[in-house]
Amino acid sequence: MKKFTPARIRTWFQIIYTIMTNGYAYGFLKGKIYKGPLKYACVPGLNCYSCPGAVASCPLGALQNALNKRNFEVPFAVLGFFFIFGSVFGRFVCGWLCPFGLVQDLLHKIPLFKKRKQLPKHHILKYGKYVTLVGMVLIGSVFLFTGFAKIPAFCKFLCPSGTLFGAIPLLSTNKMLQGQIGGLFFWKLAVLIAIVLLSIKVYRPFCQYLCPLGAIYGWFNKFSLVQIRWEKDSCVSCGKCQEACPVNLSPEQISVSSECIRCGKCVDACPANCLKFCGKREK
Amino acid sequence: MKKFKIPKWSIGVALGVIFLVLGAFGDQFAEIYRKAVMICLECIGIG
Repeated sequence: MKKFTPARIRTWFQIIYTIMTNGYAYGFLKGKIYKGPLKYACVPGLNCYSCPGAVASCPLGALQNALNKRNFEVPFAVLGFFFIFGSVFGRFVCGWLCPFGLVQDLLHKIPLFKKRKQLPKHHILKYGKYVTLVGMVLIGSVFLFTGFAKIPAFCKFLCPSGTLFGAIPLLSTNKMLQGQIGGLFFWKLAVLIAIVLLSIKVYRPFCQYLCPLGAIYGWFNKFSLVQIRWEKDSCVSCGKCQEACPVNLSPEQISVSSECIRCGKCVDACPANCLKFCGKREK
Repeated sequence: MKKFKIPKWSIGVALGVIFLVLGAFGDQFAEIYRKAVMICLECIGIG
C-alpha cells in the first residue's frame, strides 16, 4: 500500500483548500461575487476577492486598498493576518494554501518542454519578488495616481491571479463588464499567458520571481512554527533531497531559506529519514 | 537549569493578534469588507 507522504497528499490538499475558499458556485453561474461576512477576513494565499467563488479577501488586495487611502494610516488589520499566517506557516502557505501556486504546480506537470527548476540568473532574479513588493505593492500603492485616486499597482498591472480567477470567469458571464474591456485587460491577459507558458517549463516562476506574498512569508520562514527539520547526524549526504527539491535547496538551506515552500518533496526523497516536518518546539 | 525561551513564532502570533485588535478599533475590517464585496475593476483589468 502506498504511504501517505506529504508530497503525495499535497496536491489533493491544495485542490480541496482551493475549492473551499472559492466555493461560491452561484457567483460563477451568475457573474457575481460573494458578499457575505467571511469577506471581513483575509485568506493566507493569493486569492483575488473578485473571483466569483472567493469567500474571503485577498491579503495583498486588502493591503493595497489600505495604502490607497487618502490619509495614510498603518494597515494593522492586514498586518495582523500576515503576522499570524507567517509566524505559524511561513511559506508553507505558498506550497499548500495558495490557489495560484496550485495552478502553477498543475501546469508544470504538463509533459511539454524540457523541465527546469529555475531560470538562468536565478540568484539575481529571485530578488524580483522583493522589488515587486516594495515597488508595486508599497510605493506603487502610495504614490501612483490615476487622476486624483491612488491605484493598487500590483493588482492593476501585474496580478495574474486576478486575471485568471477574477477577470476570466466574471467577463465570461457578466455582459455589462464585457463592454468595458480595453488595453489594460489585454496587458494583464498577456502577463497571465506568459506566466502560464513559463510555468510549464520552469517550476512556479511567479512564486520564485514575482510574488510579493512569497517575499513577505519568506521573511517568516526561518522562525515559523511549521518547519522541515534536518537531522545532520543521520544524513548520508546522498543528495537526493536536493535533486527532489523543486527550488534546488541543499538540506542545510531547507529549514532557513526564504525560498523553501515546504512542499515536502525532500522529506519523501530522503532514504535515511533525516528530513521531517515538525513544529518548531520539537527542535 | 534549562532556560525557557519564548519561541519567535509565538511572539509573531501575539503581535499579529495585537495588530488585529488595533485594526478592529480602527474599523479596518469594515474597510477590507467594503473593498472585497465590490467587483475590483483594477484586479480584473478594466479599471
